[in-house]
Amino acid sequence: MAQPANRPVFAPWDDPKEKPLIRFQNVTKKFGEFTAIDDITLDIFQREFFALLGPSGCGKTTLMRMLAGFETPSKGQILLDGVDQAPIPPNRRATNMMFQSYALFPHLSVWDNIAFGLRRSDMAKDQIPPRVEEMLRLTRLERFAKRKPHQISGGQRQRVALARSLAKAPKLLLLDEPLGALDKKLRQETQFELMDIQETTGTTFVIVTHDQEEAMTVASRVAVMDLGKMIQVDTPDRIYEMPNSVYVADFIGDVNIIEGAVRGQDGEKAQIVWAEGQPPINATTAAPVSAGQKVHFAIRPEKVAIATEKPEGRANVIAGKVHDIAYLGNISTYKVEVAGGKMVKAQVANERRLARRNITWDDEVWLSFTDTAGVVLLN
Amino acid sequence: MNRRFSWFNATSLTLGFAFLYLPILILVLFSFNASKLVAVWGGFSTKWYVELIHDQAFLDAAWVTLKVAVVSSTVATVLGTMAAYVLMRAGRFLGRTLFSGMIYAPLVMPDVIMGLAFLLLFISIGLDRGIFTIMLAHTTFTMCYVSVVVSSRLVTFDRSLEEAALDLGCTPFDAFRSVTLPIIAPAVISGWLLAFTLSLDDLVIASFAAGPSATTLPMKVFSSVRLGVNPEINALSTIMISIVTVGVISASLFTKRQIARARADEQAAARG
Repeated sequence: MAQPANRPVFAPWDDPKEKPLIRFQNVTKKFGEFTAIDDITLDIFQREFFALLGPSGCGKTTLMRMLAGFETPSKGQILLDGVDQAPIPPNRRATNMMFQSYALFPHLSVWDNIAFGLRRSDMAKDQIPPRVEEMLRLTRLERFAKRKPHQISGGQRQRVALARSLAKAPKLLLLDEPLGALDKKLRQETQFELMDIQETTGTTFVIVTHDQEEAMTVASRVAVMDLGKMIQVDTPDRIYEMPNSVYVADFIGDVNIIEGAVRGQDGEKAQIVWAEGQPPINATTAAPVSAGQKVHFAIRPEKVAIATEKPEGRANVIAGKVHDIAYLGNISTYKVEVAGGKMVKAQVANERRLARRNITWDDEVWLSFTDTAGVVLLN
Repeated sequence: MNRRFSWFNATSLTLGFAFLYLPILILVLFSFNASKLVAVWGGFSTKWYVELIHDQAFLDAAWVTLKVAVVSSTVATVLGTMAAYVLMRAGRFLGRTLFSGMIYAPLVMPDVIMGLAFLLLFISIGLDRGIFTIMLAHTTFTMCYVSVVVSSRLVTFDRSLEEAALDLGCTPFDAFRSVTLPIIAPAVISGWLLAFTLSLDDLVIASFAAGPSATTLPMKVFSSVRLGVNPEINALSTIMISIVTVGVISASLFTKRQIARARADEQAAARG
C-alpha cells in the first residue's frame, strides 16, 4: 500500500522484525474445573492501544489480571520485554492498572492518590510534586487536587484513577472497563481524551471492554474473545469488514446473516443458494469452497440498498416487503421480509432533511447489493 | 395508614421503656438517698459519692479494671483484626471453615465454662493468678468479638483498593498499613470499644482468672452486694452509667455528623 512518507502507518504487528512488548505464549488459566483462558497466544506491541473485547465471562478480565500479576497462568508464559512475568509480584511489575471501580483511596486527597505510587517508587522526594502537578494538568484536575474522592464527580474520579495509574510512567497501562460508570456523552468525550493521552505519553494501553463501539473507537487492534479463546485479533476496520466467523460478525455491529449452501465457485466468485425459487447470492470469497458446502453469508445493513423499483445492473437483487421501519434520525433501518420469512435489514442514511420518505410499511421493495459487499463465513 | 398514637402503641412504648429503664432509674435515684437503708427515701444527699471517693478498695479495683480493660482490649483488637483479615483474605485454604468456626465459638460459649477452662489452664502451667491472668483471659474472650466486627466490615471492603495499592508498588504489608487499615479503622475502633466494654463489666471470667492479688470492679461490687446492698454501690453504678451514656451519645453524634458531612460532600460533587 502506498502511504505518504511523512505519515507512516502504525502497524508493528505486520512487521516480522518488530519485537512485541507483551507475548502470551500458550497461556491457559483454570479456576478449578473452569477454564477461563484457553491456550491463548498473542503479541501486543509497544505504543499499541489494544482492546480486549467480549461478553462478560469471556476471560478478558482474567487475561488483564494476569498481566497485572493478580493471577498466574496455569500453563504457558507471559513475557514482558522478553522477561517471564510469572515470578514477579504485582508491586514490582512495570505495569499499572486502572480499575473498573477506580479503586481510589477514599482516605486520601486527589493529590495524595496520584502521589501514592510515586512515594513507593525510587523517585527522589523533590521529583514527586512536579510529577503530580504534571499528571493533574494532563487530566485537567488542578482545581481538585485537595479534594477527597467522594467530593468530586464520577468523571473527575475516572480522571484521577487515570492520572494515578499513569503517574509512574508504566511500560504498560491496563484499563479495566475504564468508562463503564460514565454516561454515554461523557464516555464518548473521554474515549477521545484517552486516545490523546495515550498518544501524548506513548504508553502501551490494554483496555478491557464489553462495549464494541468503545473498542472500535480507541483501539489500534481489537481482540474479540469468547469462552476463553481469541476469536479474531485485528484492526477495527478489518474486524468490522472482514469478520472471520459468525460470532465476530454478529458481536460487532449490526449484521444480516443468511444461511445457505454453495452452488459453485469460479475463481473468487461464488454462488450461494439461500432460498428455494430465488436467484443465488453472488458473493466473493478467497477461500476455496466446494459445491453443497454449508456457509453463512454476512452483510452489513448499510451495504444493502432499498428501492421501490427493481434496480438494474446490481449483482444481487432480492424482492421483499417492508416489515418494520426504525427512524434513528441520522439513519433509517428497514426490516424487510424476504423469501422464506427471513428478515433482512437495510440501512439508509437520511442525507436530506426534507426528503419524502416514500417507503412505508408493507410496501413491496427491492433489496440490492454488490457481489463484494458481504462476507462468506465458512464455519 | 393510621399514624395516630393509638392506645396500643402508647401501652407498648410505656411498657418497653419501663422494663428497660425503671431499674436503672431507681438505682440512680437511690444513689442520692441520704438514708443508709436502701429501700427507704431519706432525703437528697451526695454523701455516698464523697464516701466512694475515699474508699481505697474501690479505687484500687477501679484502677485494676481500667488497666485490664485497656491492655486486653488493645491486644484483642490487634489479634482479632489479624484473624479477621486472614480469614477474609487468605482464600480457601485447608480447614478455613474449621478455623472461622473456632474463632466464633467463644461467642456462644458459656462464661462459666470459659472461666473454668482458664482456671484449669493457669493452674496446670503454674501461672500465678493476678492481674496478668485476667488480662490474658479477657484478651481471649473479647478477641472473637473484635474479629466479628472487623470481618463484617471487610466483607464490604472493595478488594480492588488493596490490589490498586499492590499495583502501585506496595508490599502486601504496606498495602494493609496504608490503605486497608485507615479505611477499616472505624470498625477496628468500634471493635476496641466493644472489647473494652466487655472487659469492663465481665464478672464471671474475671472471678475465675483472678487471684487474691487482683480484684476488678465488678468483682468488688458483687462481693459487697452479697453483704447487703450499699448506697455506695448505687453511687458507683450511677457514675458508670453516666460514663457509658456520655460515651454512647458522643459516639453516635460523631457518626451522625460524619454521615451528614459525607452526604453534603457527595451532593456538592454531583453538582460539579
